Amino acid sequence: MTNSWTDIKNADIVLVMGGNAAEAHPCGFKWVAEAKAHNNARLVVVDPRFTRSAAVSDYYCPIRAGTDTAYLLGVINYLLTTGKYHAEYVKHFTNASYIVKDTFAFNPEEGLYSGYNAERRTYDRSSWDYEMGEDGFAVRDLTLEHPRSVFQLLKQHVSRYTPEMVERICGSPKDKFLKVCEYIGSTGNGEKSMTIMYALGWTQHSYGSQTIRTAGMLQLMLGNMGVPGGGVNALRGHSNVQGLTDIGLLSQSTPGYLAMPTDREPTLASHFANRDFRPLQANQISFWQNYNKFYVSLLKAMYGTAATKDNEFGYAWLPKIDKVYDTLQQFELMHQGQMNGYICQGFNPLLSVPNKNKMRAALSKLKFLVSIDPLETETARFWENHGEFNDIDSAKVQTEVFMLPSTCFAEDEGSFTNSSRTLNWRWKAADGPGESRTDTVIMADLFLRIRDLYAKNGGAVPEPIQNLDWNYVQARNPSPDELLRELNGKALADLKDPTDPTKILRRAGEQVDGFAQLRDDGSTMSGCWIYSGAYTEAGNMTARRDNTDPSGLGVHPKWGFAWPANRRVLYNRASSDPNGKPWSARKQYIHWNGSRWVGPDVPDYAPTLSPERAAGPFIMNAEGVSRLFARKLMAEGPFPEHYEPFESPVANVLHPKTPTNPAARVFKGDMEVFGTAKDFPYVATTYRLTEHFHYWTKHVKLNAIVQPEFFVEISPDLAREKGIQNGGWVRVFSNRGSVKAKAVVTKRIPVLKVDGKTVHTVGMPIHFGFIGETKKSFGVNTLTPFVGDANTQTPEYKAFLVDIEPLASGPAVS
Amino acid sequence: MNMQLSRRQLLKLTGAGAAGSALGAFGFGGAEEAMAQAVRPFKLARATETRNTCPYCSVSCGMILYSLGDRSKNARSEIFHVEGDPDNPVNRGTLCPKGAGVLDFIRAKTRVKHPMYRAPGTAAFKQVSWDWAMDRIATLMKEDRDRNFIAANKDGVTVNRWTTTGFLAGCATSNEAGWLTWKVTRGLGLIQVDNQARI
Amino acid sequence: MATLQSLDLQRRSATSGTPPAARKTLEVAKLIDVSKCIGCKACQVACMEWNDLREEVGEVTGVYDNPHDLSPATWTLMRFTEWDNPDTGNLEWLIRKDGCMHCSDPGCLKACPAPGAIVQYSNGIVDFVSENCIGCGYCVKGCPFNIPRISKADNKAYKCTLCSDRVAVGQAPACVKACPTQALVFGSKEDMIAHGEERVADLKSRGYDKAGVYDPAGVGGTHVMYVLHHADKPPIYAGLPLAPKISPLVEMWKGLTKNVGLLGIGFAAVFGFMHYVVNGPNRVSDEDEQAAAKLKGDGT
Repeated sequence: MTNSWTDIKNADIVLVMGGNAAEAHPCGFKWVAEAKAHNNARLVVVDPRFTRSAAVSDYYCPIRAGTDTAYLLGVINYLLTTGKYHAEYVKHFTNASYIVKDTFAFNPEEGLYSGYNAERRTYDRSSWDYEMGEDGFAVRDLTLEHPRSVFQLLKQHVSRYTPEMVERICGSPKDKFLKVCEYIGSTGNGEKSMTIMYALGWTQHSYGSQTIRTAGMLQLMLGNMGVPGGGVNALRGHSNVQGLTDIGLLSQSTPGYLAMPTDREPTLASHFANRDFRPLQANQISFWQNYNKFYVSLLKAMYGTAATKDNEFGYAWLPKIDKVYDTLQQFELMHQGQMNGYICQGFNPLLSVPNKNKMRAALSKLKFLVSIDPLETETARFWENHGEFNDIDSAKVQTEVFMLPSTCFAEDEGSFTNSSRTLNWRWKAADGPGESRTDTVIMADLFLRIRDLYAKNGGAVPEPIQNLDWNYVQARNPSPDELLRELNGKALADLKDPTDPTKILRRAGEQVDGFAQLRDDGSTMSGCWIYSGAYTEAGNMTARRDNTDPSGLGVHPKWGFAWPANRRVLYNRASSDPNGKPWSARKQYIHWNGSRWVGPDVPDYAPTLSPERAAGPFIMNAEGVSRLFARKLMAEGPFPEHYEPFESPVANVLHPKTPTNPAARVFKGDMEVFGTAKDFPYVATTYRLTEHFHYWTKHVKLNAIVQPEFFVEISPDLAREKGIQNGGWVRVFSNRGSVKAKAVVTKRIPVLKVDGKTVHTVGMPIHFGFIGETKKSFGVNTLTPFVGDANTQTPEYKAFLVDIEPLASGPAVS
Repeated sequence: MNMQLSRRQLLKLTGAGAAGSALGAFGFGGAEEAMAQAVRPFKLARATETRNTCPYCSVSCGMILYSLGDRSKNARSEIFHVEGDPDNPVNRGTLCPKGAGVLDFIRAKTRVKHPMYRAPGTAAFKQVSWDWAMDRIATLMKEDRDRNFIAANKDGVTVNRWTTTGFLAGCATSNEAGWLTWKVTRGLGLIQVDNQARI
Repeated sequence: MATLQSLDLQRRSATSGTPPAARKTLEVAKLIDVSKCIGCKACQVACMEWNDLREEVGEVTGVYDNPHDLSPATWTLMRFTEWDNPDTGNLEWLIRKDGCMHCSDPGCLKACPAPGAIVQYSNGIVDFVSENCIGCGYCVKGCPFNIPRISKADNKAYKCTLCSDRVAVGQAPACVKACPTQALVFGSKEDMIAHGEERVADLKSRGYDKAGVYDPAGVGGTHVMYVLHHADKPPIYAGLPLAPKISPLVEMWKGLTKNVGLLGIGFAAVFGFMHYVVNGPNRVSDEDEQAAAKLKGDGT
């Protein structure tokens, strides 16, 4: 989230799209209820289903699953044609005025940008960039009239997305779409703000990142970034998915969103050289120029005293990646038999990764599988026969499987980072059951045993293992306290004040106050620079429990610690105009008082940098402004474009020759099992129910009582057409598998007209499996396609094709 | 509705009726006693309170875990009730149906309580010791690493990677456990590391 | 100052006499704002968790209502209704939390022949005292809202206590505390009525002209009230009674209660009378069902 849960109460319009906050995040949704009750806000819901969010909305508009990019580009077109955008914000705070290279092109008939290589399904992105001036800075035209200015290119690009076209693509009736536009457009003036709340409804598509980019662009057009009640707010999934992503537990990532070394970067110097964060405007500050300090501090946290200037701080010991090993890539390799071992730490991929049959086949090829989990998972029992629900011959599975009991949240201590980037410390209430152990004890034990084996017997390249810093008080039980201190970082030598060398900022051994004190000479260490400030000499900041909100704007600066630098609303300098005056009194947040930037939050800017210097407010970008045109950063184009899901009921009306994301990665074998509308005529979408959490609460009796069983939702029309009874059994099948379920026949599943064709939707909740308190089920991933977003590889769970038929009876229950 | 009363209930009905009416005849003299009888004792009176955070979604609702005992040496803490933390500025004491039911996760029948091992080709888990399980896993991992570790790519660049074992980090572990996991996995050279962010 | 935890008895089933009047305690109430309810069932789960109840895991029957009805282990329940608003043409998903209304004039208490099995505290809570319950089921028929349920396990009646144990120590009921969107609020009845009126004004500003507070006079008002967006049509909310009142037969029986003890009326006579009450036509309920059918417009 760019803003925070409590900030939502400041919104005037709440757009819930690509998510279902009332069901998936009820206690966060409280702040929507608050905005409605006390800020006279209006809630607008755009969703393929009439959800429980829609049930309390002021306005609901249906949409065909998977067409949100087209819808949002349509809204941007509406803003540009009606003039309901924040012109000053767009001019000064976005790259609308930047001139794009003349080699850049988009072919609307083909649906392709310049540089496409069809064979490799990738782009050469060199033309997707600005024209550079002789002064070394990007060329701008503040009149926004240059035909190759981002503004004019964008205008031209979205002009195809008329309300009529939106109706043709999305199936959203034109009058409803325009009503939504009106609500959204009411905030493009600085006086009002709109927040966007989204989740997996946007991410789980083969073009999800572009949909979210479109939402970001929309908010920039409206001037809704950096202001109270604004922002693009990703409602994250698990309690600590934000934290574990911050800490870099993603194949291509390190703690703090630095990059893993790649094969093209043999040395640390070359790694740094590949990351050029030089400002693109005179006077601009570019925050990422501190990259090297964070990276060296991370290496010092990894390798301790073994990391020296001479060995580039142990850079060579870090593994280099030759490609992204995301979950889909991992299971593809496993399926090809190229993996031997696999460890799941609180993860149930048999149900949560697409194409369950492929998952099971892949797991069967492993030599060993380890599940570290408080609960028995389907993955840990993939080899066990559960009749129709998991039909497997155990005798044929040669995988050794370990199920290790870990403690749960109530049984250990440590911090979680919530969706608002706030770290909250948790305390232990009781011991875990039986012989369960904490994750830290298990990981420490595993590492020390392997290290001992290398010490005793030698083996392949032991140096990275031997040099890993393990300076914990109890080697076998590193305490959460020590680990958070390590994440925060400390001075390894006395740190002199760069402006006054007679002053010592931090003595050797002291915790740093924040990332501003980190150095690239090895005199500091920090496991995760963005968590710097979480545990200072003043103590554990994540355990702070002063919930005062001095401004009344939902900013609780002394509750926990929010990264970065305890900042609650990102880009907040943009809440004031270029001169530092608030855009409006109503939305006042951070402003220039003549000598400093002040307000209820930590300014997202250099605290004393005068507006006269005219540096842009988006200091994480080398431009200093935000990007309507994404330069080379996205796989499939600098502007978003509408592509159909890989399984779609209709042609792409804009460019039938390029119906789907041309840059999405599709593995051999998976392309072949995409179904077509001829065989599988209905749009399927999967989702969460408010009563359950992923594949976890099916173990929880109380949740099983309130939502006991898998079902599929269809409209009364489709039920009639197919002879399906409400509550009766059905079979739903895709080109990858088939499941049986009870039917819930409901008007909440709209029937849409898409380009003249009737489109039915089959809705399916996830959550159910063959272990736990709920009734046994198949796992909805039996049906889903094995393809991900071109940028993030998030699987396309939200839009694919199925067929459905009534059944006389349900599955045989073993 | 066909009401059938047992003999015992019949006696109770008439007897209690007489007694009750007598009470009525004398006014509400026994009200306090009756009240004490009616209201269930407040079960949290001296329970130990622990501040924690909901393990499910990323709202991170503050929770108070109520457990038996006062943490004295001989009383084993056992969580028996969970409620929202009213001080937490985000949830302000509220919980959703998942959070409100978290007690049954803590006490789920399907909690794993001991290290379990399933041998190749067999159809059941058997209980093993931690020591045996961890030794076996460490040995399997080292064997795989030694056999498949790539010290340098074909261009001779030092890459120090291990691609044949993967690690999926769950996202309900703490930041601290996550950091240790990063250190250990990357320290061993693993690159097939991912989490639930994409799912 | 009055406090929420004053639990002086005001009424007791099958018992005559006047309650003590010297102390006037604060009347409490729970307000259920249907327009803010997201149907998440946090209240249901919190209720079961607090009261140590675990219903059997059921099955899906084509609706989101789970469990499907109130029971001895389900004291509150979300009831979901899909309603096509004829004025706007829009689908509305009406979600009503069902459970004991804690009537000021409780039909269950009046119908109860077992002395002290049902009590009403002066704060308004109507509570069942299991020890005195004989499982006769009269409370079920006496209730204009069809709330109490008799357990097959112990043949006793159960329903929501408004968490009398929590209220007694100054805490809000478990369901109210859990509710994520403040669709449930708890406080003095006076405050709840005022809050309800604010909510009604907000709903009117959003086009719900008929929004209102449901605090039916036929049962003397209730200590569980609703804010409804369509207060002119309570039955569209899963059959919420239009104008609930206690059956006149129950009122008659109330007059007789005193005589059971003092005059020693034979059990057979009592039984005969109550049998008629129980099996006689329950006209209020029928009328409401018809009204509901008419308003839903589907004739079923």
